[in-house]
Amino acid sequence: MNTSQTPARLSADEKKALLEKYHPDYQAASFTTLKVGANTGQKAPIELAEMLHSNSRIYGKSFDPDAPDYVADVLIIGGGGAGASAAIEAHHAGAKVLLVTKLRMGDANSMMAEGGIQAADKANDSPAQHYLDAFGGGHYAAKPELLKQLVMDGPQAIDWLSSLGVMFDKEADGTMITTHGGGTSRKRMHACADYTGAEITRVLRDEVHQLNIPVVEYTAAIELLLDENGNACGALLMNMLTEKYEIAHAKTVILATGGAGRMHYNGFPTSNHYGATADGLVLAYRAGAALLYQDALQYHPTGVAFPAQLFGALVTEKVRALGAGLFNAEGEAFVHPLETRDVVSAAIMAECKKGKGVLLDSEKNFSAVWLDAPNIDRVHGEGHIEKHIPGMLRMLMNYDIDIRKQPILVYPTLHYQNGGIDISPDGSTPKIPNLYVAGEAVGGIHGRNRLMGNSLLDIIVFGRLTGKNAAKKAREVSTGKPALQHVEAYAQALKEAGISTGVTSPKLLPAYTRSVNE
Amino acid sequence: MTEINNRITVYFDGKAYEVPAELTIMTAMEYAGFRLVRGCGCRHGFCGACGAIYRIKGENKVHFALACQTQVQAEMHVATLPFFPLNRKKYELDALTPAPATMMHLFPEIFGCIGCKSCTKSCSRSLNVMQYIAYAKRNDLENCAHESFDCVACGICSARCPADISHALVGLLARRLKGKYLSAAASHNKARIEEIVKGEHDAPMTEVMGLSNEEIAQRYNAREIEA
Repeated sequence: MNTSQTPARLSADEKKALLEKYHPDYQAASFTTLKVGANTGQKAPIELAEMLHSNSRIYGKSFDPDAPDYVADVLIIGGGGAGASAAIEAHHAGAKVLLVTKLRMGDANSMMAEGGIQAADKANDSPAQHYLDAFGGGHYAAKPELLKQLVMDGPQAIDWLSSLGVMFDKEADGTMITTHGGGTSRKRMHACADYTGAEITRVLRDEVHQLNIPVVEYTAAIELLLDENGNACGALLMNMLTEKYEIAHAKTVILATGGAGRMHYNGFPTSNHYGATADGLVLAYRAGAALLYQDALQYHPTGVAFPAQLFGALVTEKVRALGAGLFNAEGEAFVHPLETRDVVSAAIMAECKKGKGVLLDSEKNFSAVWLDAPNIDRVHGEGHIEKHIPGMLRMLMNYDIDIRKQPILVYPTLHYQNGGIDISPDGSTPKIPNLYVAGEAVGGIHGRNRLMGNSLLDIIVFGRLTGKNAAKKAREVSTGKPALQHVEAYAQALKEAGISTGVTSPKLLPAYTRSVNE
Repeated sequence: MTEINNRITVYFDGKAYEVPAELTIMTAMEYAGFRLVRGCGCRHGFCGACGAIYRIKGENKVHFALACQTQVQAEMHVATLPFFPLNRKKYELDALTPAPATMMHLFPEIFGCIGCKSCTKSCSRSLNVMQYIAYAKRNDLENCAHESFDCVACGICSARCPADISHALVGLLARRLKGKYLSAAASHNKARIEEIVKGEHDAPMTEVMGLSNEEIAQRYNAREIEA
């Protein structure tokens, strides 16, 4: 990196001022107030609030939730990294597991995580140092016990993945090749080129299949089932292809439904999977669970701004970790590229608002900034880009942009749901017994801003933890009669609050199909 | 007459649709009115859900791509391949060894490869698929793992293969064997785990968790960042 061109890191006050002025989380217009449920009176993104203010698609229909199509000890909803990790551990703990997933097994944001996975396993590092980085980067809002679990289990997560055959980038002597991420004070980012999430997810998916764990694909959970004591005891499912409803009974349930990028909060493009529509939050909230930090969203600083075909696609933070700086239209470096994501995103939005971006669409007044990828090869030598970020090279080369020679036009893209369902340190929900949550659907592990590489870590750590705990709990519980009464109760609460959105939730998929008759 | 105001004609399953020229195959299908459930996954080229096969009308060459990563062209005739049945072999990784017998026993069909290169020619990610199958045949797991690393398992190569090979699964096994058995263990990782298990990090963790928000903010803002 040409250090003469790298701006100094910002002070705490400078960061605060930048965030308050430019980050969407700090703009009142992005949010509305929740009027029903456990978080009544708190703010939530408008698009999420609409789903939480809507009725179930099965409201008013009659079902016999007592006639199951599937019976398991542990029902896992979601087939990404967290769901797969939970399935493997619950299986090894002796539970009869059923995993249902809305699209295909492995269709998840986990598959798309590129840059790396954090773990404090180098000599100059420690779990406490990892904690400090994540707690500060998350604005001192993480739930301490959850964050402790994350950082203390980090090294073991890496070892577990290695034992399953995940191909980490290593030196010949076995030393992990680690780099920085935004906001890290030690180089603890382990990677598998820029396919880290894909490599981890395809290995976990294969292991789930090798263990003969039943997986039901193209099947969404559309409501939780609760017994007369309010214990989670299964789910109402829907075949996404035929829209046939099915019932699954279980002793414990793990929600691993992932994020919400496809809700396009604030009109942003997204780096997320097609199915990222916050289903788990809607189901759990309707059943009485509380959310935490539902108003904290992560905009990844470097989404592709050009060409249009790749709009919003992720350019991994690893590009900056390897030495690419951010430059405005005048060629000025305007922010240290490895500040935390919220700060870098705010800095890019500020630059564009001030008219210093590269104007791409005058009608929409849309500008972007330059990410100087070629600097990576300038600093590390020719071939470094091809070896370490082959996915990025391929994605842009497809549109004749050779990132070894040309910088990339970028603008922030909706990337991660920092908040989610509130959980206890054992992964269970305090308000709904026998319901566990893992992965992006959880709120509180990362506070109000997640660091790069801590999400791949959290799906493994909390996936495994909930798998073990849900299997153990399944041996102890006896559930009552499964029912959907909370759906009626929620409808009543909406009526009393005078809310009628005219839509149902969860959305399950974004509405991208053009209305051809209008 | 296919280009009118930047709109072009494309064909999905043989039926014509007028779509804006800047769309991808996937967004063009949505523009045409299809609601995708199958054949659509991450939408960013990582998941392999949207394999697509196309010909430009009047040309003989068949092209292979991911629908989410490929811009439409005038007179493009598209068929999608949302799913292709691969032959998944059962194994316990812990019970395998990286010896030649492993690949030979689990995927004997790779020795039926006739070298036609259909797999390489049909790869939606432009990988040299036949080469990684060749590496697998001679049990060069290291090279098979690296050559197959960017595979998204779209399944197109297997649909084209006259030897009925499940290429993506061969690469996956090579990578898992490589990751588990051929790379040296990370001793620093094992050492840290041992420290954690022994409780050596409990006190430092308790200490940092016990700080007030003001104290921890001070420490965070003053922390030294590794160069």
